[in-house]
Amino acid sequence: MNPPKTATAKKVNVAAARAPRGGSEELISGSEAVAHAVRLADVDVITAYPIRPYDTVMQYVSQLIADGEFDCEYIVAESEHSQFEIVKHASAVGARVFCGSSGVGWLYAFEALAVTAGLRLPMVAMVGNRALDDPGAFGVEHNDALAVRDLGWMLAWVATAQEALDTALIAYRVAEDKRVFLPCAISCDGAFLTHSQAIVNVPGQDMVDGFLPPYDRAEKQLHPDNPITIAPQANEDWVMEIRRQSDMAARRARDVIIEAYDDFNAQFGRGGEPFIERYMMEDAEVALVGMGTLAMPVKVAVRKMREQGKKVGFVRVRWFRPFPTIELQEALSGVQAVGVIDRDYSFGSSFFSGVLANDLRSALYPMVNRPGIVSFIAGLGGREVSTDNVIDITNKVLDAASGGDIDDQDTYWIGVRE
Amino acid sequence: MSTGSVEVVYRGIFQKTLAKNICRGIVFAAKNEGKIGIAFGRYSDSPERNGIPAKQFAVVADTEEEMEEHLSRYEPDNNDVTIAADDTLCKGVECWAWYGLQPINKLLKEGGTLLIPSTRSVNHLIGEIHRKGMPYNLAIVKGTASFSGLWVYKDDHTDVRLLGALAKVAPHIVSLDSILATIDDRLKATSAKKAYDLVESVSVGANQGNDEVPFEFEMPGWTEMEEGLVIRGIAGQQEVPGRDGGYVPTRNPTFKKFSTRTMRPVVNFDTCTQCKICWLQCPDSCFDITPDGFYDANMEACCGCGVCEAVCPVSQCITMVNEEAFTDNDSQWELWIEDKESYSGWLSEKISEPPARSHGFHHVGQYAEEIANEPS
Ligand code: SF4
Ligand code: SF4
Repeated sequence: MNPPKTATAKKVNVAAARAPRGGSEELISGSEAVAHAVRLADVDVITAYPIRPYDTVMQYVSQLIADGEFDCEYIVAESEHSQFEIVKHASAVGARVFCGSSGVGWLYAFEALAVTAGLRLPMVAMVGNRALDDPGAFGVEHNDALAVRDLGWMLAWVATAQEALDTALIAYRVAEDKRVFLPCAISCDGAFLTHSQAIVNVPGQDMVDGFLPPYDRAEKQLHPDNPITIAPQANEDWVMEIRRQSDMAARRARDVIIEAYDDFNAQFGRGGEPFIERYMMEDAEVALVGMGTLAMPVKVAVRKMREQGKKVGFVRVRWFRPFPTIELQEALSGVQAVGVIDRDYSFGSSFFSGVLANDLRSALYPMVNRPGIVSFIAGLGGREVSTDNVIDITNKVLDAASGGDIDDQDTYWIGVRE
Repeated sequence: MSTGSVEVVYRGIFQKTLAKNICRGIVFAAKNEGKIGIAFGRYSDSPERNGIPAKQFAVVADTEEEMEEHLSRYEPDNNDVTIAADDTLCKGVECWAWYGLQPINKLLKEGGTLLIPSTRSVNHLIGEIHRKGMPYNLAIVKGTASFSGLWVYKDDHTDVRLLGALAKVAPHIVSLDSILATIDDRLKATSAKKAYDLVESVSVGANQGNDEVPFEFEMPGWTEMEEGLVIRGIAGQQEVPGRDGGYVPTRNPTFKKFSTRTMRPVVNFDTCTQCKICWLQCPDSCFDITPDGFYDANMEACCGCGVCEAVCPVSQCITMVNEEAFTDNDSQWELWIEDKESYSGWLSEKISEPPARSHGFHHVGQYAEEIANEPS
């Protein structure tokens, strides 16, 4: 197997993690956690346009401003497109920015999203994941954020409110690193994370200041004292070179993410491993792979299966872009079969799988003893993924591992009414 | 081989429809001969800008395979005929930034024909056209360049005349009969036939012509380019070269734009009141400020839009003159300051024949006057 050459897998010393220090314990939702991260990052410009479930972040940020706890330019735009255009430009003049949306709102901003990445502007955005609007559907699906996966956006998926806060701080650090200068979107599952409250350690300002340096656009800052033009017309005699530069930035982002998790763990005593979370993987014979809040029912199911003596583990993908190819190859190298649970779809794609399954298949393809990959679609539109669903999934993967009827060249829909 | 390709170099906006008509005419005529043809505009061009050099191509082939061979490159680079729809294009073309100045005969094959509508002599044109390392032919259809607007087309038979002449210089691409078969209008058919009869062709030897080395650029690699689509402003300004004082702004070194010019302003410094209006209104910041406070249109930068003539409040202080009347881009103010009398002679000579403007207006309000004077 030939791992990509740009970076070597580097392990964070999670064992050195100590108890959380500083700050306060708060009972807050995932959206509130992100709002606190925005406050702690001392964001300069925020634009808002309501769409459920993202709008809860806007509400909490405006509350923080009204309470005098936070000062920033808070602009209510007239659409998602304008919302993202405004912060795109603010980022170019050197302002740290925050924005976000959900579902079709995110897609309505697509032009701005594409150009933000192309111009290498380190915007941090929150996507409250939402179905792509079968009229009014607002439950979670991951296709909204995934739509920008090929454009230079870094994409992270979180599972808890604490992780949402922590990842937002890490996102600013990585996006604004001069080696990267790419935007980053943090995906929070609509309802399950955006609207449910948990005890979160909200760190003190000095702790955050020690981790996150100010945004410095340096010689790329659009400013009268630094006369530059950004985004001149670029035709075929320039576009490939520009794309190649973005490609290199996306490759360099790997090392920068690893460094950021190292420092985050050292500073806050938490943060875990960059890119993926491994659950009961040490001796696992089959593994499940997924993103976001479905980690909860999956972990419960894994424990239940373990009680029955079945060696099941779980890998939660925390960063989808850059894709953790090296980490996934390494984590899944010992298992006989993998079940990928996609809370998204890619209609008409290979094996009619979801997006994660397709990327994982390509990542594992160079492995000599690659495990079979069975693809599952579950939880669309916010439908519950129950522990029983996951047990059903795991049994299918075990069946595939033992050469049963389950076909690793097909995709199984779980929890759909027959 | 009875097939080949034709390159039509034309002026943006003014000749967009003309170039399209010529290339479509070639394809229709080829069809009459049972051949296949394709006409296309080069996609990177911006033909909706006044005067910018742009290109159309017509390719004629006997078989699909042959056609694929022609089309397997970005632009046909070994053309049987290059038509320069305006003779001022003989000075070379610069179509966009970093393009450099390309000789008008650059994409012409050995022994091919450069076909130009012009009233200039063969020797005059050869003197302007950059040398080519191989022989080719220069054919002239007598006439001035035909210029139209974006929405209007001046149907002055230039298209059919050039098609008729093409049939003469490259009968293997299309014959006169098949050209004539595409023309319904009897008068136009006569024009095509006349051009066929009257087109004059001379052979130009290898390395005959303008020995100026056209400017060119080497484009930077992706590691050399600044990331994030950032282009640095060019700092500073200069004094007028060789003089004490004056103000010459720094200009984009990779896009000079003067090949866009079909006419240039000629300034009468004796009547200029130094009012600055030309300097303020020039859309390309072309005027250098001289040490003695005059405004000298820099011919390396001027795209020939004609705004300065229209806004100058002094009658006949700025006159737009067809670009073909000039052989260099030298400073007019330098000529004037060195010898005012001979400058005055030079100036009268340049503006003597009432110069026809290719576009735009001589003075502010001209359009309203013309409309008012139109017979109802
Ligand atoms: S014609 Fe006059 S206004 Fe136009 S670019 Fe030249 S100098 Fe400037
Ligand atoms: S507009 Fe005419 S009079 Fe005024 S400075 Fe220019 S050339 Fe002289």
